[in-house]
Order: sequence, then structure tokens, then C-alpha cells
Amino acid sequence: MNQDTYVVIEHIRGQVADISYIMLAAGRELVKGLGGNVVAILLGHKAQPLAVNLAADKVLYLDHPALAEFTSDAYQNALAGLISTNPPRAVLFGSTTIGTDIASSLSIRLGLPLVSSCRSFTSDGKYLSQICGGKIMAEGTLPGTTALVTMIPGGYKPELGQSKQAPDVSQVDVPALEALRVTLTRYIEPEAGDVDISKESILVSVGRGIQTQDNIELAEELAKALGGTVCGSRPVIDQGWLATSRLVGKSGKHVKPKVYLALGISGAPEHVEGITDSDTIIAINMDPRAPIFDIAKFGAEIDLFDLIDPLIERVRESKGA
Amino acid sequence: MNIVVLVKLVPDLVEELTIDPSGTSLDMTWLRLIINEFDDHSIEQGLLLKERGGGQLTVVAPAVEGIDDVLYTAAAKGADRLIKIQGDFQGWVNNHALARASMEIIKDLQPDLILTGVQAHNDLDGALGPLLAECMQMPYIGYIAGVTLDGGKSKVKKEYPGGLIAEMEVALPAVLGIQAAEQPPRYVAVSKVRQAMKISTIEEKSTPELNSLGGPTVDRMFQPEAATRASMITGDVNEVAKKLVDIFKELGVL
Amino acid sequence: MPERSEFWGFPLTWGSPQIYVYTLMALSAIILLVRFYQRASLWWHVGRPLVRWDHIHLRIGRLVSYAIVQTRVLNQRYPGLMHIAIAWSFFVFFLGTALATIDSHFYRFLHGNIYLGYKFVLDSFTIFFLIGVALAAYRRYVQKPRRLTLETGFTWSLVLIVLIVLGGWLTESLRLAVEKPAWALWSPAGWLLAQAWIATGASDVTLTNWHLGIWIFHLLIVAFTLVTLPVGTLLHSLTGPLNIFFSKIDQPAGRLAKIAETEKGESIYVSTLQGLTWKQLLDGDACTECGRCQDACPAFAAGTPLSPKQLILDIRNALRQDGSAYIDKNKNMPVLVGEKIKDAVLWSCTTCGACVRECPVLIEHVDAIVDMRRHLVIEGQVDTELQDALANLGRYGNSFGQSERMRARWTQSIQPPIKDARKEPVEYLWFVGDYASYSPTLTETTQMTAEVFQKIGLDFGILYDSERNAGNDVRRVGEEGLYEMLAEKNLSALDKCTYQKIITTDPHTYNTLKNEYSFDGNGHPQVLHYTELLDHLIASGAIKFSKKLNNKVTYHDPCYLGRYNNVYDAPRRIIKAVGCELVEMPRHGDRAFCCGAGGGRIWMAEGEIQERPSESRIREAVSMNGVSTFIVTCPKDITMYRDAVKTTGNEAKIVVKDLMEMIHAAL
Repeated sequence: MNQDTYVVIEHIRGQVADISYIMLAAGRELVKGLGGNVVAILLGHKAQPLAVNLAADKVLYLDHPALAEFTSDAYQNALAGLISTNPPRAVLFGSTTIGTDIASSLSIRLGLPLVSSCRSFTSDGKYLSQICGGKIMAEGTLPGTTALVTMIPGGYKPELGQSKQAPDVSQVDVPALEALRVTLTRYIEPEAGDVDISKESILVSVGRGIQTQDNIELAEELAKALGGTVCGSRPVIDQGWLATSRLVGKSGKHVKPKVYLALGISGAPEHVEGITDSDTIIAINMDPRAPIFDIAKFGAEIDLFDLIDPLIERVRESKGA
Repeated sequence: MNIVVLVKLVPDLVEELTIDPSGTSLDMTWLRLIINEFDDHSIEQGLLLKERGGGQLTVVAPAVEGIDDVLYTAAAKGADRLIKIQGDFQGWVNNHALARASMEIIKDLQPDLILTGVQAHNDLDGALGPLLAECMQMPYIGYIAGVTLDGGKSKVKKEYPGGLIAEMEVALPAVLGIQAAEQPPRYVAVSKVRQAMKISTIEEKSTPELNSLGGPTVDRMFQPEAATRASMITGDVNEVAKKLVDIFKELGVL
Repeated sequence: MPERSEFWGFPLTWGSPQIYVYTLMALSAIILLVRFYQRASLWWHVGRPLVRWDHIHLRIGRLVSYAIVQTRVLNQRYPGLMHIAIAWSFFVFFLGTALATIDSHFYRFLHGNIYLGYKFVLDSFTIFFLIGVALAAYRRYVQKPRRLTLETGFTWSLVLIVLIVLGGWLTESLRLAVEKPAWALWSPAGWLLAQAWIATGASDVTLTNWHLGIWIFHLLIVAFTLVTLPVGTLLHSLTGPLNIFFSKIDQPAGRLAKIAETEKGESIYVSTLQGLTWKQLLDGDACTECGRCQDACPAFAAGTPLSPKQLILDIRNALRQDGSAYIDKNKNMPVLVGEKIKDAVLWSCTTCGACVRECPVLIEHVDAIVDMRRHLVIEGQVDTELQDALANLGRYGNSFGQSERMRARWTQSIQPPIKDARKEPVEYLWFVGDYASYSPTLTETTQMTAEVFQKIGLDFGILYDSERNAGNDVRRVGEEGLYEMLAEKNLSALDKCTYQKIITTDPHTYNTLKNEYSFDGNGHPQVLHYTELLDHLIASGAIKFSKKLNNKVTYHDPCYLGRYNNVYDAPRRIIKAVGCELVEMPRHGDRAFCCGAGGGRIWMAEGEIQERPSESRIREAVSMNGVSTFIVTCPKDITMYRDAVKTTGNEAKIVVKDLMEMIHAAL
């Protein structure tokens, strides 16, 4: 047993995901109240170089061919062994396609309590989670002797979890990983869209409020007038009104434009995840209680359909002039 | 092929949410419960698999207010068997408890495949799917947006950020956390649902007392006050449009 | 003494001409009837049963009005005149032949002045007929309006009837050329042509021979026409009147039939021709391909895949192709809905009823469309946007996806608070409607309405959040089960209230509450649209206006208030009462052009369209000089037309207002 906070590092095809850095920063906050060290847990195959900029006190590295890329069975078995041998105070997982596949299973398997959707910790070791589409916050003491936590982004900047100095890496034995029930066949690249929105600096984004496919034309016109590109939130892409390459959010792209104009977007957490790095977010929404107004810099409580034509006109005028 | 879909109902976010007097959980009195969107997709995916490869589709759900309508709708769409889990589901029941209770019922069904939503917006102790999987000692893969069945295995498409897809293979029986079915949940006419109410039966099964060990304790539940709030632009459309153009100019966009 | 001569010029050596004539005519008639029966029997062998023998006296009245006098055809001047010239002439000729037969065999009366009168009438109609033919030829070969089908089959029919009449005219003129009777001028057309024969100088014998030849030719052409009647354009002369006779009577236009059931109580949906009633199949065969429905259709004008004419013809063509497949019982009837009639065609309809109003043979297009939509809905073939709207209606009772509790939010600013009809008795129960309650653009108008009601001292209340969408458009979309559910909820809420009358501000709500809801217990309450109520109050002096508004306005008749429920005058009287000058648009009254929102269209994806119906209507209004206000009495009209004013760039020229706003300003 130890008082450390483990952070399960997520990496995909040789790249460490931002959530890992965010968790390291969160871990740093947590150990202030709990004591102990921030220990990064890196699973992979010949993946040691990935540890180089982790802001951890030390890194435990587990190497096995079956861990080269993430699969739920292999990672879960490896971690089960590690955690049960020397249980830490807390283990942080990303609330992602990687972390959520294994955190809950480990909770049942090892009989350890689990808190999910955690955004941040207080300096006295309490968790703060966000649920119900961001409308409700839950706060409490971190349970048990060993607590498993899945974390969502937004509480800490990834930069805080990065370090110029490489931490100590100790390699740890991996239990035998045989008879794995889950195997990775291959990765399928996303359809090469005409545009990579994560590189665009002016984005006009549409959400459910655009109402119909035909109305997307209006957004296209505005984007054209501004010299930007159209993107959208999940409901719009799910309907097939925009290509998947235009999805912004948790399952889509993280964008960092100069200006992000959100039209008819409510601001659900899964979408907000993708836009927190924008310089300026401007939100247009008829609902004054829409969460988007909490993260936008400017907002207008107005019908986007009333606004869009005059706005396009004025933009064109000012460009013409 | 024996497919089981586990469904839960969640608070409808269209309504105003309020905290109960204890300050540690949601006030359930005015809440409307609706099907978890991802569970709706799971039913759709189950139906698609059944239509493609034959088999039986069973829908299992905890007995809460409004669950009958959800189950009959599933039957109207083509589900074969409907099971309601009786238990004390009045207040907030965490997913650990739900997973253990469901496991007792589902294990008797001997499923080849269990589908459930990858998450629900009121999850506080992890998603239901992977908890259930481990209770049943089955493998789990989440964020699934495409499933094919091939003998004793299933090939799935797992969503990663940025539109990347990982194609994985899992040995059956397994639990899959559905992000999106291969097509949006189908429409079923109200008269078909009403007919299902007449001809289908919902089996009721009870479970031993709920065991919610493994969830966190909540000291305080509250509605967040935003620390910052957008600077609101007021006026009619023309005034707003003008001010926006000014902002664009300031930012160097125009 | 003027007298009708029988079989003039017929050689006695050939035997009795009567035998030839009657044998040939009898044979032709039998063949006609057999072939007609072959076509007609498909209607009741393939189609569902339906009882349409009620109110025979009204049905005969319709026959006279629409099949003989042909009032609908006469709605358009040129083709109306053209058609009655041809049709009435043939009625007269047929009557003439019948009278001649009576004269021959039963009672000789065609002599003296009666005979002269008889000849004069027949000859006048010959000229009338020829004018009609000239008009028809000009229309088909020069004018070529888009709505007409211009196939060779139509030419053949025209040729045949012209030949028949020419045959009669020529034989008459040849006889007159030989006989030269003193009363020849009583047959002016014949006598005129006779001069030409006389001028040729041919001998009497020659003329008589020509007469015989043409007479035989005439007889053969008549026989040929009769025999080919069931397969040519002229079939409409039989199927048209039949269709008129069996048209829907004594049911309000705004009431849709419920879904039919088999004896076992299973619902019948229209996926093949067998789901349609025999009357709907007759609709197909009665269609004259005139295309007036198409011209009136807003969906067609917008460029959607729907043409009401083509829809009916598709039914007809399917019956022709597949009808026999049913007779050969081994085969299954091929799928109609989704295949021969595409989904997009059915979903494009706004159910405005313009097609039904225009049709000269009283075809009921809208009922068939709704029947087929019911099949699409039960199969789940509904596009996502409509699906979302229906899901919201099912869950929240409104298509906006907002909580029931928000329905009465607009009342918060009204002082004194509006009575809750669920808690206290009221005289007028105001059924507000979804759009008026939830749409942010309409909140102001709804509040104004409440203020007006209070100002005029009306004792009214609303159902607050017990109200649900009345279901009119849900029904037109084909979701009968959802409609029943909404109606049940509304009726159970209404049941608990004490009220005298129901008033509505939405014509769609008005239509279904008035015509389709079944109230048990105390019987069907009176349902009024606010224009009816206010018109009545103004007329009785209960309302006095303090201002005269002096605007030049135009009024758009909403489909469900005008065409479906015949409320045209009440709004116009109100407009006059508030002091406005009303300028009618060309398409007004029962010719009003739908805004395009009905039939659930406002809940569907717009699709590929060329010009929105609402935009076309605004342009129509703007084209009338000086009209500054476009008045409507339906909340969906306000939504559609305000948008159209913006998208057509006419904000400076015209403004859209509900009549209630004018009343509010004038009080």
C-alpha cells in the first residue's frame, strides 16, 4: 500500500493524448491534499520515449507486445496486477475511449470504488465531478483506501502536466498476457476531408439550432464571407448534414481557431472539450441558460436565423469597403 | 444468436433540474425520465443484428416510472422478449448496484452478446456497461459505432478522437458499449406501440437487495454558477450584426 | 307540312334500314358495355369496398351541377366555353337522336313548328360545336398550356367526334340540297352548306348517292367511337359522371376517414392498389388529364416531385398494368407505395385542398395521399426531421421539444391573469395551439390576442399546460395512433372543464376540433374561429372600434379556414370594420394559394425546391400597388410569410400582420 496517485497514460499510435497531461496536472493538485507522489503508469511496447515530457515524480513502465496499442483486455489485466500488488491511494484514468473501457472493470474486479466524470480536485483531496450535461456538479471525499477516478478535461491546462525534465522510469514486470479476448485488427483513418478544421483559424460552427440541413447553407455563406470554414457538433454530424471531418468535440477534432462562432450550439461538455483552446468563442443562442455562454467570451441571445443575413451583408460590406 | 440489450432511464434534461433538500442528490419528484439516448442506439443496433443474422433480442431494464412504454416501444420495433427488473429504484441507484442486479437476471438468459449505451449523462460511478461486463466476467469494448458478428467472435468499430476508428475483434460472449448504431434509431408508429401493449408481455423478475458498494459518496450536489460569463451583446439584429463586425475587426479577422 | 323524314335517300332494295342501324348500334353498345365492364370491374375486384349510396337526391343534384351544367369546368372561361360547346352539343345531339327514335316508333310529334324548333336547335348546336372544336384545336396545337397532356390519343378523340358531327351536318345539307323545302332556313347550318352542293351543279341522283355514302360512314364512325370509348379519352364521359355521383357527400371536407379495418379488426394500410377503395380507383379512371389540380398545387409550383395529376394517373396506370395480376390469383399485387408512387411525392403535399377544389370530376386527391402516408408511417419510413417532430409530439405534446410546463409561459405578463378553465367555469374556452404558445416570434401576437379578449370583456379561459397539440397535422402526416393519443388527452382535459363554446386562433386546431373530435356526453360543443366570434360581436354592436386604421391591405385565406371550412366573409367584414381598404389578390377565397406549411410540411426537411409557395404569395401581394399590409389569421401563416418577406427582400414594401393585431390597434 502506498499514498501515491497513479496516472494511467493514454497514447495512440505513438502520441501521448492531452488528457494524460491534464491528469498529471490534476494529480499534482491531488497529492497536495493526500500526500504521496504523482506516478505515471505507462503501458506499451518499446514506448519508453513517450515518458520523456511527463510531469510525474516517477514513471512505472510496463512493456509487452500485447500492450503496444490499447486493447481493453490486455491493459486491464496488466493494471490489475500492478494495482493489486501495491495499491496506491488513487488511480486516475481518462474519461475517454481508453480509460472508460478499463476503469469500471477494475472497480468490480479489484473491489475498489470508482468516481467518474471528475473535472478537478480540491487541495484538501475532494473530487469535483460534472454530470447531466454539465448542469449538475457533485463534490465529495475521495472514497476508500484506493480510489479509481475517471477524468474529463476542462479543469487543468495540459501544459501544467508537461515537464522539460524527463522523469525517472522504472520498468515493472508484466503478468502473463495470454488468452486475450480482445485484439486490435487495424486502425482506419478518418476520411481525408477537404479541410482539416483543427488548422483553421476562423470557424463557423453549427449545432442542433440550425434545425435543418438546408439551413447549413446559411452558415456556409457566412463562413465564406469571413474567409473561414464550417464545422459542427455531434447532432449535426450524426444526421449526415456535415462530413465527419467537420466534427468538433470529444469524438471529433480539438480546434484552436482565432475565432469560433457557435451558432445554435448549447455547449454540451462533449462539444466544449473540443473548443477550449479557441482564442475567442462567440455564441449565438436563443436560450439564455445555454452552457455555451459560460465559456464564450461574447454572446448574443438572439435568433440565429434573424441575425445571419444582416451579418453576412455587413461582413461583405466591410470587406468590400 | 442471443442478444440482450440493457437499458436505463435517465432524467430528461428538457426539464429544470433541482437538488433535493438533503443537498446531496437530484430531486426526483418533478423529474421526467426518458430512455438514455445511447441505450436507444443499442436497441437499434440489436435490431439490426437480429435482422441481418437472425436470433432473439431481449430488452432488460430496471422498473422505474415510464419503463413500460419504453419496453413496449422496443417490442413494437421488433424485440422478442421484455424483462423488467423489480427492485427499490425510487431514489438514485448507482451503476454498481444496477450492474450487480442486472447480472443476476441476465446470466440466466445466457446471452451471446450484450449491448448497452457507452455512457449515460447521470453516471457518477462509471458507465453501466463495463461494470456489468466484469460482473459477468465478459470482455468489454466501448465507444462502438459498428458491429458485425462472425461465429464466436464480433468485429467492432471503436471510435477514437479526431474521427479515427480502431477495428477490434472480441470473443463472444461479450459486452459492447454503443456510441452510435449503424443507422439512427428507427421510427415506430404509435399505433404499433399500442398494439404491442396488447399483445406483448413484460416479464418481471426480482433481485436480491441492491448492493451499491463501489460508488462514491456525495457530500454536496449543486448547480454550477459560471465563474465567467460571456459579455452579452444586446440590441436588435442590425445592432448585434454591427457589433459582431466590430469584434471581428478588433480580432483581426476582418 | 314540315315533317321528319325517316331514312331519307336509303335505297329500298337494301331492305329495312332499321335492321342495319339497330343491329349495328346494339352490337356497338354491347361491346361498349362489355369493355367498360372489364375496366370498371377492376375497381371493385381490386379495391376495397365502400358505401356511397347515401343521399341519392343530393348525388343526382351533383350530377346535374357538375356533369351536365359543368360548373367547375366553367371556372375558367376559355376552356370552360370550349368544353360546354362540345359537351352540351353532344347532350343535345344525343337528346335529338332519342327524340327521333321516339318519333319513329312511339309517337309522331316531330312535325310542324315542333319540328322546325327541333331542327333549329340541333343546327345551332352544330355551329356551337364547331366553334368549340376550333377553340379546342387552337388550345391543343397553338396555346399548348403546360398543364395539358398533348398526346395523339386526344387528337383521335377530337377527330372522331368532329367526324360524327360533320357526318350529320353533311348528310343534312345534302338532303336539303335535293329537297329544297320551304322551311329550309330553319336548318341554317345545313341550308348554308347546301348552297355549296347546289353550286356544284351535281344531279339529284349524285347528291343522293353522296348522301348515302356519308350516312353509312357516319353510322360506322359512331359505331367505332362507341366501341373504342372505354379505351380512349372519351371514357371520361362515363367515368366522370360516375365519379361525380359517388363523390363524398355530407361529410365535412375537413374530416378525414379513419383507418379502415378488416372484419377481424386489423387495420388496412395502402401499400398496393388493394388498399385503396374502389372509389379511389375510379378516381384514376375518371381523370381527364386536364391538369387544373397541378396548376393550383403549391407543392408542384415549388418544384417538388408532387403533381396531383400525375399521382392520380399513376394510380390509373398501375391499375391498368397490374389489375389483371390480381385476377390471376397466383400473383401478388405489386407494391404501389414507395415504388410506382415514390415517398417524396407523398411527403411533398401540404394538404391544402386546392386540387380537390379545382377538379371538374371531383377527384379526392388528398384522401388518397393521406391513406398512402399512413402506410409509410406504419412502416417507419419517415425522415429524421419528421421523426423528431413526431417524437416530440408524443413525449411533450408539442413539436418544439419543450416541456409542457412551458406552454403557458407567454401568459406571465398578462394582467389580470387569464382564467384557468380547468379550475373555474368559463364561457369561452380558448384552445391556444402549439405555435401560438411556444414559438418566440408569435408570443407577442398571442399576448395581444389575450389583451383584445379582455378588452372586449370576453369571459374566457385556457387549459394551461393540460393542452396538447390538437393533432390536425399529425393526422395529415398519417400518424393516426399519435393523433388518437393527443385527442384522448385533450378530450379528457376538456371533459373536466365547464364551458359554452370553444374558440381557436389557429385554423388547423379549428378544423380538427370542429370536424374530427368526438365529444361524448354533452354533445359536440360549438367551435369558433376568433374571426367568426368577433365578426358576430361587431355585427351585434358589442364591439366598437375607436380608430379607423385606413390601411390598404390584402387578406390571405388560410386553407383550413377558407377552403376546408368556408369561413371567407367574417374576416373580410372585420377588415372593413377596422377601416381598412381590402384589395383582393388574384388567388383569393377558395383559390387562395397555400403558404406551404400544412400537412406536416413545416416539420419536414424542405428538400430541393425552386420557389417557396410563401415567396410566390408575397410576390403576388407586392405586385398589387399600394398594398402595405398582408393580413393573415393563422399562426403558421405568420411564420411562413414573415420569413418570405425577408427572403424576397420586401421588408420595405409589405408587412405581415395577424388580423388580431389590427383589431388590437383599432380598439
